[in-house]
Order: sequence, then C-alpha cells, then structure tokens
Amino acid sequence: MNIHGNPMNQFVPTPLLPSYLEQSPDVTARLDRMKAREVILDVQHLNKLFGTGEHTTTALNDINFSTHRREFLCVVGPSGCGKSTLVRILAGLEEKTSGQVLLKGAPVSGPGSDRGMVFQGYTLFPWLTVKKNVMFGPEVNGHGKYAAEQRALQWLQLVGLEKFADAYPHQLSGGMKQRVAIVRALANQPPILLMDEPFGALDAQTRCRMQTHLLEIWRKIDITIVFITHDLDEAIFLADRILVLSAHPGEVQELIEVPVSRPRSMAQLLSPPFLATKARLEELIHSKAAEDEEEDGGSYEMITRLTSVTDNVE
Amino acid sequence: MRWLQVLKPITPRARVVLGGLSFVLPIVVWCIVSYVPFVWHPQVFITNPGSVSYLERGMRMDRSAFDDEVKDAHDENRAPPEGTPSNPIYLPAPHEVAAALYTSFTQPPVSQDGQWLHQSLWHSIQIIFWGFVISSIIGVPLGVICGTYSALARLNEPFIEFFRYLPAPAFGALAVAILGIFDGPKITIIVIGTLFQQVLIIANTTRKLDVNLVEAALTLGTKNAKLLSRVVIPGILPDLYRDQRILLGWAWTYLIVAELIGTTSGITWFITLQARYQHFANMYAAIIIIGIIGVGTDMVLALIGRRLFPWDRTLAKIA
Repeated sequence: MNIHGNPMNQFVPTPLLPSYLEQSPDVTARLDRMKAREVILDVQHLNKLFGTGEHTTTALNDINFSTHRREFLCVVGPSGCGKSTLVRILAGLEEKTSGQVLLKGAPVSGPGSDRGMVFQGYTLFPWLTVKKNVMFGPEVNGHGKYAAEQRALQWLQLVGLEKFADAYPHQLSGGMKQRVAIVRALANQPPILLMDEPFGALDAQTRCRMQTHLLEIWRKIDITIVFITHDLDEAIFLADRILVLSAHPGEVQELIEVPVSRPRSMAQLLSPPFLATKARLEELIHSKAAEDEEEDGGSYEMITRLTSVTDNVE
Repeated sequence: MRWLQVLKPITPRARVVLGGLSFVLPIVVWCIVSYVPFVWHPQVFITNPGSVSYLERGMRMDRSAFDDEVKDAHDENRAPPEGTPSNPIYLPAPHEVAAALYTSFTQPPVSQDGQWLHQSLWHSIQIIFWGFVISSIIGVPLGVICGTYSALARLNEPFIEFFRYLPAPAFGALAVAILGIFDGPKITIIVIGTLFQQVLIIANTTRKLDVNLVEAALTLGTKNAKLLSRVVIPGILPDLYRDQRILLGWAWTYLIVAELIGTTSGITWFITLQARYQHFANMYAAIIIIGIIGVGTDMVLALIGRRLFPWDRTLAKIA
C-alpha cells in the first residue's frame, strides 16, 4: 500500500488521469447523503497563536470546516502545518486563541468524554488490564462497574480482542494496543472520534490492516471521525473528504471530496480516481514543501563524491 | 573483553556468580590480612614475656619495639620475649567475629545494665520504623501533590530545598528540649533527615509520569480528583515504591546520629559500649547484623514490589 515515497510515483502519467473533481454517480450520491446528515463538528474562524509579543507565530489561521454525522474526514498537510495542534484544540487539550468549535451546535471548552481521542503514542494505562482500560471511560463517567464491564467486553469482541481482556498492555503488539485505544475511546460512545496519526508508529503491514479494521468499525457504528495523517495514501484510502492544510501559517488550502467509491479495498490504490486524488494532494503539499526545502539549502548536488569513479551503483 | 561491554546485560549465570563474588572478595581480603602472618600484622602478640619486666602474656606491642627488646635481651644474654605476629586489636579475624555473632545471641551480656544485641536492635528498628512512617505520612502525599500541581510545588519546594541542607543532627538539642531525652527526639531526627528529601524525590518521580497518559484520561472525561486517584497515583506507584525503598536506606544512616541524642540507646549504645571495652569482635558482629537487616529488608521489599506491580517494566529489566 505504501506507494507514498516511491519515486516511481512521479512517473504516473497525470495527463491521462481523470480530474480528481470527477465523481462517479455512486460517489456523488453517497456524499450527498452524507451532506444531508446533520453537522456534528463545526469549526469557525479558528486561530491559534504561539508565544507573545514579537515572538508570536501563527500556528493556525482562520480555519473553517464542518463535518457531518458519520463522515470520515482526514486532515493532511506538510509538517508544521499545525494539524496536530488543530486536533488537540478540538480535543480540548490546547487552548484556541480565537474562533469557535461547536459540537452538535454547542461550543466546547476543555477536554471531555463527548470527544474521543486516539493518540499516536501508546497511551493505554499500563497498570490496567485491557478490559479495565476499556472500562475506564464509562467508570469515570459514573456508569456502574458491572455495566462498564459488559460494555467493555462487547467492544473488545468488536475488534476481536476478547481473548486478551485480562492481558496487560505490555503483552500486546503495537497494532493490538491501538485497537484497544480505539475501543477505549469508543466505549464512552462519543459522537466524534479524533485520531492524531494513530498508526504512525506501526509498521507498513500492520498499518494496512489497521486501516481496513478502522473502516469496518466506522461502517458499523454511528461515529464521525476526524483523522490526522501525513500519509497521503492513508488519507485517500480512509476519507470521505480530505482537508488539506498549508504550513506557515496553517491555513485551509482545499477541502477535497474523495472520488473513490466504497467499500474501499487495497486494489483501489491504483485506480484512476485514487491516483488523480493523489496527484492533486502531491501538487498541493509537495510543491510547497519542495520550495521550503530549497530555502533550507538542502540540495543533494552539494554532496561530495567519496567513492572511486569506477565504483558506481547506478 | 567479552564480559566488559557497555550497557550490555549479562547472563543469569554470571549474575549469580558475580553477585556471590561481591561478598566473597572482601571476605577473602579480610581472611588474607588476618590469617597470612606476613601480610600486614604490624604488632606482636606476647606469648612469653621472657626477661622483659614490663611485658605480660597477652599484650600486643609494635613489631619494631618488640624486635628491639629481643635484640637487647640477646646482647645482654637474657631470656628473649616470645610472641606471634598479630594485627591490632581493632581488626579481629573472621572466626572471632563469627564467634561473637553467635555468642551475642546465646550468652547473656557481660555488663550489668547490658542489653542483649537483639534487644538493642529491636529498639533501633522501632525508632527507624516510626521515624519512617511519620515522615511518609507527611512526605508522600505532599510529594505527589507538589509533583502534580506546579503552583503548589513552587509554593513548597524552594523552602524545602533550603531546609534539606540543614543537617538533621543540628536540631538534636532543640528536639531534646521539646520532646525530652527518650525516643521522641530520636524519631524526630529520623523524620527531619528523611522528610525533606522524600518530598523532593517523590515530587520529581510524579513529574516524570507520561503526560500522554494524563491527556488520554482527560479525553476520556476524567476530572480533577479522579485524575489524581485513577491516573497519577497508579501511574507512579511502582516508582514511588522504589523511592521509598531508597529512602528507608537513608533513614538508617540517620539512626546512629539519632541514637546519640539524649540517652544513648539501641544499636548505637551497644556498639559504643563494646568499643569502649575493646570488644571489637562484638562491635563488628553488630555492624554486620545491621547490614544484613538492611539488605534483607530491601530484598524482601523488592520481591513484594514485583508481586504488587506485575505490569512494571522497569522491575522486569532489573530482574
């Protein structure tokens, strides 16, 4: 799946691809159904400044977007575009400088059980078993121990980890830990799940399986997902719509409707709509990133040859 | 140099062997110094005074002085003194200490107001116990709270930082004036010696808690008090337990000072008394027992810790 980063990619014959704006009727119909559903998260004129006085930097500048119920929204952008800051503000872990975040029409402040979050690092509580980790949310929110336990077991069944209910997190693999982290967040039954590069620390194959897995969960339960990633393939594979941010300052460049039909499969990775979307994202993100790189002075031509002239690898 | 590699773990067999050697080697050195006559032995133990009037059987004297006496006796055709090379009285041989260790539990104490070794020890252990418990009752919660809330840390820690440099024994006279001459001031010295370090160490341990765990708990809807009781405290518990083990060791180092305050008591009194009568073997026996109790307690606590915190990876790494 990881075509991203493969130089072959640059030779995709872009002129032959359809426009990423072209949608097949089933995709249009599905997106129309989605847009007809009520708005869950509404972000209005969101700004975030870091520092004070002369040292102020703008991390996020006038961010506007909204997600509908059961939408899968991915947020991509070059490093330093503030996508992590954005999701942390949505989760209430960081203060916004100005603007509004509305959840089902009501402004949110501070973290709460109405927004689930999955982090990039492993954040399962190491002193609790898998089952007790999943019970944590319902328990601190005043549900009885018995109810919490029943619910936790159901959730673990959903992700096929009921066998590991009494294991400790350190006994699980990375992928399993993140599956538990997802159901731990879902056990509170929040309307929205925020995910900050949740599969970033996993190896390529595991990541692939986790993406399919996540889509299965999303398909089966009533949840809206905001998913941060820097992996463009991952974003296209998962999302209904992709919010593209630019860096310095972090601004919305485009909100792309993904023209790839559902259900998704790995085979679609080479389909024309997928490649067209990918080409558009590359254009938006990497052209800008390349400019930044030139500013760094990071040209490979400068590297002096340190091997014999007859000793060639290419 | 396959066995000297930077930060490489060693095999279980090597662990056992080296662990044993760390005790065996010092004992071997002690044996060599005690039993090999030409190693050190700066004195002579008189077995027969000969014609030298001021010598007595059982005396020890410097070898050079003894040699002079022997030479003089030869020159003057008198009977020379006889003796065997010996170490000073303050370095008894291992078998003497072992014997003292045994008799200290079997024979009643020599002096009239003498206490058995185990009575002295028991008194010392009680002082340590109460000192450490009182210190922990104040220090552990204060440390956790300082580590959790930066504002409270700033309010407390600068003063504690200052206070911990004041040597605990300096408060001895004050403690006696307030609490009398018996166990009160002794326990107080242990508390003063332990408490301030305890607050700072536990506050630091608390600050090392993975902030991601706290954030995860926040997004799950955890609030104030529950954040402390359900995330911070369980999260630091294995490290806090380790800190307590180290601090208990520190409490022991304050024991000797504490017991010299007011009426000398406990193991310190026993050691001082034995040294005064030059029963150095008894003194070493007492010192060895303190060591055994200290290491033994720590090993038991380590084992209990492994049972209490099966999820703790730091412990697994050490084991």
